[in-house]
Amino acid sequence: MGGNVETVGNDNLPSMEEVVISVKEVSKRYRIGVADERKDTLAGQIGQLLLSPFKNFKRLIQLKNFKDTDASNVSWALKNVNFEVNRGEVLGIIGHNGAGKSTLLKILSRITEPTEGEIQIKGRVSSLLEVGTGFHPELSGRENVYMNGTILGMTKKEIDAKFDEIVEFSGIGKYLDTPVKFYSSGMKVRLAFSVAAHLEPEILIIDEVLAVGDAEFQNKCLGKMNEVANSGRTVLFVSHNIAAVKSLCSRSIVLKGGMKIFDGLTKDGIDNYLDSSAENVGNENVNNGFRLSRLTFRSLTNSEIFYVNDNFVITGNIEGDFPSDNLTLLVLFKTVFGVRALNLSTRLHGVEIKGLDKVLNFKVTGQTLNLMPSVYYLEIKVLRMNGEPIVSFDNAFRLNIEPSSDFLPILLPSYEDRGVLYKRVSFLINQD
Amino acid sequence: MENNDTVTIKPTSGWKALNFRELWRYKDLLYFLTLRSIKAKYAQSVLGVGWAIIQPLVLTLVFTVIFGNLAKIGSDGIPYLLFSFTAMVPWNYFQNILTESTGSLISNREMISKVYFPRLVLPLSAIFSKMIDFGIGFLVLIGLLFYYQVVPDVEFIYIPFFLLLLIITSIGIGLILSAMAVQFRDINYAMSFMVRLIMYSAPVVYPLSLIPDHYKFVYALNPLVAVIEGFRASVIPTAVIPWTIIYPGILVSICLLIMGLFYFRKMEKHFADIA
Repeated sequence: MGGNVETVGNDNLPSMEEVVISVKEVSKRYRIGVADERKDTLAGQIGQLLLSPFKNFKRLIQLKNFKDTDASNVSWALKNVNFEVNRGEVLGIIGHNGAGKSTLLKILSRITEPTEGEIQIKGRVSSLLEVGTGFHPELSGRENVYMNGTILGMTKKEIDAKFDEIVEFSGIGKYLDTPVKFYSSGMKVRLAFSVAAHLEPEILIIDEVLAVGDAEFQNKCLGKMNEVANSGRTVLFVSHNIAAVKSLCSRSIVLKGGMKIFDGLTKDGIDNYLDSSAENVGNENVNNGFRLSRLTFRSLTNSEIFYVNDNFVITGNIEGDFPSDNLTLLVLFKTVFGVRALNLSTRLHGVEIKGLDKVLNFKVTGQTLNLMPSVYYLEIKVLRMNGEPIVSFDNAFRLNIEPSSDFLPILLPSYEDRGVLYKRVSFLINQD
Repeated sequence: MENNDTVTIKPTSGWKALNFRELWRYKDLLYFLTLRSIKAKYAQSVLGVGWAIIQPLVLTLVFTVIFGNLAKIGSDGIPYLLFSFTAMVPWNYFQNILTESTGSLISNREMISKVYFPRLVLPLSAIFSKMIDFGIGFLVLIGLLFYYQVVPDVEFIYIPFFLLLLIITSIGIGLILSAMAVQFRDINYAMSFMVRLIMYSAPVVYPLSLIPDHYKFVYALNPLVAVIEGFRASVIPTAVIPWTIIYPGILVSICLLIMGLFYFRKMEKHFADIA
């Protein structure tokens, strides 16, 4: 854990400041579906049914034709975005869901057109918005490498030259001529990523590809990304994984509501992003047939704000078909960089969970967490006795620990320098 | 691989010309897409490519019984089976290209929304992947010629020409329909029904001689008439290629292709948003 958190110095300063991507006033408008009004009577509904072809036609036509007058059902996924990227630069793009990151990448990779504005790109672009595009289950691994590679813009010759390397990296070796439908999902992802990792464009656009595979493979991917980033190629990188962005990119832009709200050092960008976020991670969470609800985290004094020294109480409710054997409940606190900072486990506390009937209610109380004021995410897990997970709710709750009144620094260090543990000490400074 | 071209991305409007250079750069993708649909189609089936023989052959047998024997539709003096199978081979290819290319954008929408490539390769790959079926059908046709001891005359050399006309026609219509199908799924639902209708508009199960002379000009505007009749006349020695019927078809066919290409290019930019 945490293997991907160290800062990697991006000393690949472009030898000459040549702008390879220039984005000017780019906007993109989408139509959002408008619900039809429904008639309550049978006759009304039949009438609607008869008229529906006309309405459908109108609706389908509108999918691509916009009139500026109907502002109610269009939304701007991007609005007047401007930035430039120099050759060899690794630019991170940070933002919450719906901030416009994916739309921006789709425009940059020419999948969709902007509604307004202009972009100039110098050099060959490859974009990885998803690994394994075009994989066909009936084809063998070998054939899928060629299929996927050519979709990503490589020629057969280029793939031939890299083929052995790709297979080696994926580690699927002897299954190369087996149809992909017999692969495990992990093998598929590994093969797909290997193809993607061996693209050699001048500009590489990457979206969330690290969100696949197990932790070990993710680290391998990150390593490969680092290699690409340090080889002097221009990279645009979008991720929710702040640690990954931080380790790869020296400069980042932050998007919010389709607009660029920050452009500068990644370190400051992350602060900006985390400070600006009002996103509350779901109150209700369904996963694997289990439902997590009524999850609360608050201070025992019941105040709205949770201060660093507060005593805490976490309550929640998980419904689902639990197995009858002994279970462990885990409440993990993760930092914004994905490091698990604190582990509250029923097992370590000698608490037995046994013979559950569909519902697991829990309440965890304790004194100060000793965690540094910052943003944390709660991860709730239920495990079998042997550690095998039954259900896991990642980012189930976002909590903000605030510096208390006796905590002097008004200005906290950046998230990066903040550390994880909170400790009151006495300093003795010798002053001549 | 050094490519210092500057690409400008901005909103486009109106009609766009075809970018042949780009299309050429993606020829390997076209190749592998073709391979994919051939392999995927017959994977895990017992008869495999045998289906390419069975389908048109059984259909021809049914036609022979119903139209040839029961309804006694004339076949210009050649055995009805041979008569209708010579039309069935190009017809089947037409129908395959049309169906495959029309559905190609929707069935690959994942790809379209994740990667940029010239969208044209998707419908185009239908031409090549269905060529196998055509080739097999053609071999069966040769076999039938031997069986009936029919020796084609010199007009046989026109077959590649009519094959080309067939491809132009089917891809022209296919491009228009595939681009429309992205927005209106009705096209997909109507497809199998439409294909059956179109078959009766061309001389597949009946001879051209059945059409009254004063309607022939209108009839000839259907490019499939030119394709089917031309193909049949090239194979059957007793028939002479009726060029007066074929010229209007060629003209319409080329118009369809040009329309299809431009319409497809115009609609292309919306595919990722609405597919």
